Amino acid sequence: MSLEVFDAIVIGAGPAGNAAAYTLAKSGLKVLQLERGEYAGSKNVQGAILYADALEKLMPDFREDAPLERHIVEQRMWMMDDNSHTGMHYRSDSFNEEKPNRYTIIRSQFDRWFNRRVREAGAVVLCETTVTELLKDTNGRVIGVKTDRHGDAILADVVILAEGVNGLVGQRAGLRQELQPAHVALAVKEMHFLPEEVIAARFNLKGDEGVVIEAMGTITKGMVGTAFLYTNRESISVGIGCMVQDLAENRVSSSALLEAFKAHPSIRSLLEGSEVREYAAHLIPEGGYKAVPQLYGEGWLVVGDAAHFVNAVHREGSNLAMTSGRIAAETVVWLKRRREACSAENLAEYRRRLEASFVMKDLKKYRGIPALLHRNKHFLDLYPRIASRAAQIWLRVDGVDKRSKEGEIVRDLRAARGWRGLVGDAFKVARAWR
Amino acid sequence: MHIVVCIKQVPDSAQIRVHPVHNTIMRQGVPTIINPYDLFALEEALRLRDRLGGAVTVLTMGPPMAEDSLRKALTFGADRAVLLTDRFFAGSDTLATSYALSMAIQKIGESWGTPDVVFTGKQTIDGDTAQVGPGIARRLGLNQLTYVSAIGAVDLAARTIEVSRRAEGGVQELATRLPALITVLEGTSEIRRGRLADALRAARAEVTVWNAAQAGITEMTKCGLRGSPTVVKNVFAPKGRATKASLLDTREKTPGELAEAMMARIFDALPGIEGDLLAHAAQY
Amino acid sequence: MSGTAHAGGSRAGMRKELPEHFKAYRHVWVFMEYEHGAIHPVSLELLGEGRKLADRLGGELAGVALGGDHGQMIEVANAAFAHGADVTYITAEPVLAHYRNEPYTRAMTELVNTYKPEILLLGATVLGRDLAGSVATTLLTGLTADCTELAIDAERSLAATRPTFGGSLLCTIHTLNVRPQMATVRPRVMSMPKADPQRTGRIVEHRLDLREEDIVTKVLRFLPDRDSNKAQLAYADIVVAGGLGLRSAENFQLVRNLAEVLGGEWGGSRPLVQKGWITADRQIGQTGRTIRPRLYIAAGISGAIQHRVGVEGADLIVAINTDPTAPIFDFAHLGIVADATEFLPILTDTFRKRLSVNRLAG
Ligand SMILES: Cc1cc2nc3c(=O)[nH]c(=O)nc-3n(C[C@H](O)[C@H](O)[C@H](O)COP(=O)(O)OP(=O)(O)OC[C@H]3O[C@@H](n4cnc5c(N)ncnc54)[C@H](O)[C@@H]3O)c2cc1C
Ligand SMILES: Cc1cc2nc3c(=O)[nH]c(=O)nc-3n(C[C@H](O)[C@H](O)[C@H](O)COP(=O)(O)OP(=O)(O)OC[C@H]3O[C@@H](n4cnc5c(N)ncnc54)[C@H](O)[C@@H]3O)c2cc1C
Ligand SMILES: Nc1ncnc2c1ncn2[C@@H]1O[C@H](COP(=O)(O)O)[C@@H](O)[C@H]1O
Repeated sequence: MSLEVFDAIVIGAGPAGNAAAYTLAKSGLKVLQLERGEYAGSKNVQGAILYADALEKLMPDFREDAPLERHIVEQRMWMMDDNSHTGMHYRSDSFNEEKPNRYTIIRSQFDRWFNRRVREAGAVVLCETTVTELLKDTNGRVIGVKTDRHGDAILADVVILAEGVNGLVGQRAGLRQELQPAHVALAVKEMHFLPEEVIAARFNLKGDEGVVIEAMGTITKGMVGTAFLYTNRESISVGIGCMVQDLAENRVSSSALLEAFKAHPSIRSLLEGSEVREYAAHLIPEGGYKAVPQLYGEGWLVVGDAAHFVNAVHREGSNLAMTSGRIAAETVVWLKRRREACSAENLAEYRRRLEASFVMKDLKKYRGIPALLHRNKHFLDLYPRIASRAAQIWLRVDGVDKRSKEGEIVRDLRAARGWRGLVGDAFKVARAWR
Repeated sequence: MHIVVCIKQVPDSAQIRVHPVHNTIMRQGVPTIINPYDLFALEEALRLRDRLGGAVTVLTMGPPMAEDSLRKALTFGADRAVLLTDRFFAGSDTLATSYALSMAIQKIGESWGTPDVVFTGKQTIDGDTAQVGPGIARRLGLNQLTYVSAIGAVDLAARTIEVSRRAEGGVQELATRLPALITVLEGTSEIRRGRLADALRAARAEVTVWNAAQAGITEMTKCGLRGSPTVVKNVFAPKGRATKASLLDTREKTPGELAEAMMARIFDALPGIEGDLLAHAAQY
Repeated sequence: MSGTAHAGGSRAGMRKELPEHFKAYRHVWVFMEYEHGAIHPVSLELLGEGRKLADRLGGELAGVALGGDHGQMIEVANAAFAHGADVTYITAEPVLAHYRNEPYTRAMTELVNTYKPEILLLGATVLGRDLAGSVATTLLTGLTADCTELAIDAERSLAATRPTFGGSLLCTIHTLNVRPQMATVRPRVMSMPKADPQRTGRIVEHRLDLREEDIVTKVLRFLPDRDSNKAQLAYADIVVAGGLGLRSAENFQLVRNLAEVLGGEWGGSRPLVQKGWITADRQIGQTGRTIRPRLYIAAGISGAIQHRVGVEGADLIVAINTDPTAPIFDFAHLGIVADATEFLPILTDTFRKRLSVNRLAG
C-alpha cells in the first residue's frame, strides 16, 4: 500500500491543534489531524475561561453555536489567609455587551464543537489515534508520523505539534527537553453541580452572567500557586494548582490543597449542597518565556502548551494556544502559496510573527515572575496574612483610636519584613512586571 | 452478504445526574457513548462479513450528534453508515422506534441490497428494554434470534443459519432461515481496534443522513410521541438506602475475632442460612 | 430515542378516551413460563402481584399455560390456581413443546385477541423478554420492561415503575389508549405468594391451528447449564465477588475459596473481565449479570453505580474494602474496613471451622 501524503499533519485536537487545523483546512490545504482521545476534548482539562478575541479572529461567528456557559460580568481577586479573604472585586454592566469578551466553557463540549468545525472546514480528523513517533528522513527532516494503529506511517510536508504540555512526541524525537518540575504546575479541578437558579442566587447573576474568582495566599501553604472558582451554567469549577517542584519539596498533594481550599469559610458556603461529578488533574506549563523551547525545525512547528505558551500571571493559556496555532498555520499557508519548502529556515517566519504578537510580548514582559515567586515564597503567605490582619484592625470598632490603629498596621508590616525587605519586595515586583 | 447493525448513541449512565429540586435528568456535560451492547453486535457482524464476504451497514436513529457514533463504527471497520434523524422521531418509545428503524432498513435494502441479517444489541443501557430488536423482526417478518452467543453454520445459497442462543437454564441451538434478526448476547467478543487504513477511510466517509421522508416514512402517526402507546409520567431518583453499612469496629480486635463477628452478624441477618450452609457442607 | 426519551412527557395529561373496542378488555393475565418440566418461579411471583392488581380492578386473575403436553399444562393450571389465579387458559400443541418465538407469539396473540385481557404480565427472563417484544409489536401495544413496581392509578391505568439510565433513575410508565397493557418483571422482584393447594379455578382450552411444517425455526439441541461449568450467578443463593482491590489474578483464588466453603457462586466487577482474571459470564452488574442472592459478599469492589444496580436486590450485602468512604458502604448492609487479601482467608477459615465442627457435632 502506498503511503498517503498530506500537506500538513496536526498532532492534537486541543485549542492549539484545532486552531491550526482549522486555519489550514480553510485555506484549502490537505490536512490530517490526529487525536488520541475518544473525541476532541474527551481528556482535556481546563478551568475554563475562554477569551473570545483569539477565537473570533478564527471564526467571527463562533457565538452562534459554540457551547458557551456564561459570560463573565464580575471578577474577584482574593488574597486569602486561613479564615478570611481580602481583595478586589470588579463588576460592570458593560460586560453585558453584544459580543462579550470572556466566557466560561466546559472543555469536553467546547473542544468537540471546535473539532466539528475543523472537520466541516475539510480536515481529515482521526480520533482514538495516538502519534507514537515522528518519522524522519536520513537528513533528520521530519516527513510524517507513526501511530498506534496497525498500518503504515503517514507522510506530510509539515507536522504541527499541538500535543499539549507533556509533549512526548516532540521529546522522543529530540526536539525538546523533558519537562522540568520548576517549569510546570500541577492543577487539580472539580466540577460541582448545582441547579442553575441556586448559582444565580448565590452569585447575584441573571441570565447567562457569570463570575470568576481567582485566589491566592495561604491556601497554597507557601508554595507558588493559585486557586480558582468559575461559575458555569449548572456547575461550578473549582481548582488549585502549584508548581510541581514546590509540591515535591513540601510533600503536599494537590488534592489535599483542593480539599482545604473547598473547606475554607469563604469558599465552603459557595459550594454548599453541590454534587461533585468530575475530578481531574492536569499540568500547566508555567515556566514562562525562559522555558519556551525551540519552536520550529526541518518540517515541524510546535504550538500551544507544547511550546509553553501560558501566561500564568493572567491565567491565560487557551488564547495563546489558539493564536499560536493560527499563526503557525498561516505561516505554512504563506509558504505553500509561495511554493516554498517547510524548511527550518523558512519556518523561522513563524517565530518572527509570534514575536510581533501578544503571545511573545506578554511572555517576555513577565519573564522574571516565575523565578521571583519561587525565590520569594513570603509573597503568597506573609502578605495575605498581613493584609488580613490590617483589615481586621481597621474594620473592628473597639474604642481604639484610628491613629493607633494605623500605627499598629505599620508596625505589623515592619515586623514582618523590615523596611528593607518591603522596599526590596516592591522593587522586585516592579522590575518583574516591567 | 449484506448485514445491517442497529446501534444507539446513549448517555454514559455513569454520569447521569438528577436535578436535586426538579427531579429531572441533567444531561449537561454527560458524554455519550455507543451503547456497550451494540459493540458486541457490531463485532459479531464484522466477523460474519470477514467470514463470508459482503458489507456491513450501521444504522442509528437519533439526533444529528449521533453521527459521531456512526463514524466510530466505521472506524471499527463497518462499510457504510446511515443516520435517521428527524424531529418527528422525538419521544419515540420502542414501538415507534422499531417502526422507524424497520422502514429505514427497508430503504437500506432498496438502496444497497436486501439485508440477509439484521443485528441489534441485547438491550440499551438507557432504554434498557430489549424490545427494539424483536420489534424490528416482527415488523419486517425476519426470523427472530435473541440473546445469541455464537453464530454457527451459515449457508447463503440454501439461506439457512444456525446459532446458539441463551435460553432459560441452558443454551438452545437453533436453525432458521435468512433473513434473520439477531440480538447479540454481551461478552461474546471484544470490539476490534480498526486499522489505520479503516480509520482514515472512516474519517473521510460520508454518513448518509435521512429524514423521515427520505427513509420512505409516510405515516407520521406511527412515529415519535404520536406513534408511542407508552408515556413516561414521572422520572425520579431512587431513594438511597437511608442508612449506610453498619461497619464492624476493628479497634482492639484480632482478625479472627472480626471474622467471627462477621459470621455471627450474617447468621443473625439471614435466619436459616446457617442450616442451609450446614446441609450443603454435609454433602461433601 | 426509545424508551424514556420523552421523560417529563409533554404528552402526559393529554390522555384521550380509550377507543370503544378496547373497552371490552378486562382482567389481568400472567404468562406461566414453563420449560423443561418446571414452572419458572417468576410466574408464581407474578401471580401474587397480579392478584393485587385484579382485586384493585375488580376483575379476574388468569394464568396462560402454553406447552406441548396437555397433562403438564393441567399441572401448570393447578399451580396457577394455588397461587391465586381464577382462570387458566391452556393451549397444548406439539409445536409448543419447546419454546420458539414464532409459535409462542402466534399462540399468545391469538389468546389475547380472543379473550381480551386488560393487563398482560410476563417474567423478564430471556424467554419472557423474547416473547413479550414480539407479542407487543404484533398487537401494536405498549410494553414496559423490567418493572420493579406495579400499581393501578385513579383512572384504572397500569402504572409500571422501572429503572432507567442504568439504574440511576426510576420512571413510571403508562400505556394509553391501547390494550392490553403489557409489562415484564425480573425474577425475585415481587415476593412469592403462599400456595393454597385447596384453591381451584376454571380452565379454558384453546386450540391453535399451527403445524410443525409451518414453522421455519427448528431447535437442534438444548444444552442445560447444569451440564456445563457455566456460572449460575442469577439464581445463586450466595455469591462472593471480587474487584480490583484484590490487586492480582492470583489473589482472586481467595474469592473462589470462600465461595466454595459457602457452597455459593463467585463473580467479579467488570475490570476483572477486561483484565482477563475472570470470564465474562462471571461479570456482575449492569452489563453483566443481575443477581438476587440471599447473601452477597463483595471484596475489594468500589461499588460503582453500574455494579450496584446488579446486586442491589440481594437480601444481605457485605462489603470488605480498605477505603471507609468507598461507595459500596452506601448500599451494603454490613461492612468491614479491611484488606481483603488478608481478611478473606481468615473469614473463609472461620466459616470452614464452624461448618465442619457442627457437622461433627451433629
Ligand atoms: C486546571 C487548568 C485551568 C486552566 N484554566 C485556563 C483558563 O481559564 N483559561 C485559559 O485560557 N487557559 C487555561 N488553562 C490552560 C489551557 O488549558 C491550556 O493552555 C490549553 O488547553 C493549551 O491548549 P493545547 O491545544 O496546546 O493543549 P491541550 O489542550 O492539552 O491539547 C493537546 C491535545 O493533544 C492530544 N495529544 C497529546 N499527545 C498526543 C499524541 N501523541 N497523539 C495524538 N494526540 C495527542 C491530547 O489528547 C489533547 O487533546 C488551564 C489549564 C488547567 C490545567
Ligand atoms: C457503560 C458501563 C458499564 C459498566 N458495567 C459494569 C458492570 O456491569 N459491572 C461492573 O462491576 N462494572 C461495570 N462498569 C465499570 C464500573 O464503572 C467500575 O469501573 C467498576 O465496577 C469498578 O470495579 P472495581 O470496584 O473492581 O474497581 P475500583 O473502582 O478500582 O475499586 C477497587 C476498590 O478496592 C478497594 N481496595 C483496594 N485495595 C484493597 C484491599 N487490599 N482490600 C480491600 N479493598 C481494597 C478500593 O478502596 C476500591 O474501593 C461499567 C462501566 C461503564 C462505563
Ligand atoms: N434509536 C436507535 N437507533 C438504532 N438502534 C437502536 C435504537 N434504539 C434501540 N436500538 C437497537 O435495539 C437494541 C435494543 O434496544 P432497547 O430495546 O432500547 O433495549 C439496541 O441494542 C440497539 O441495537
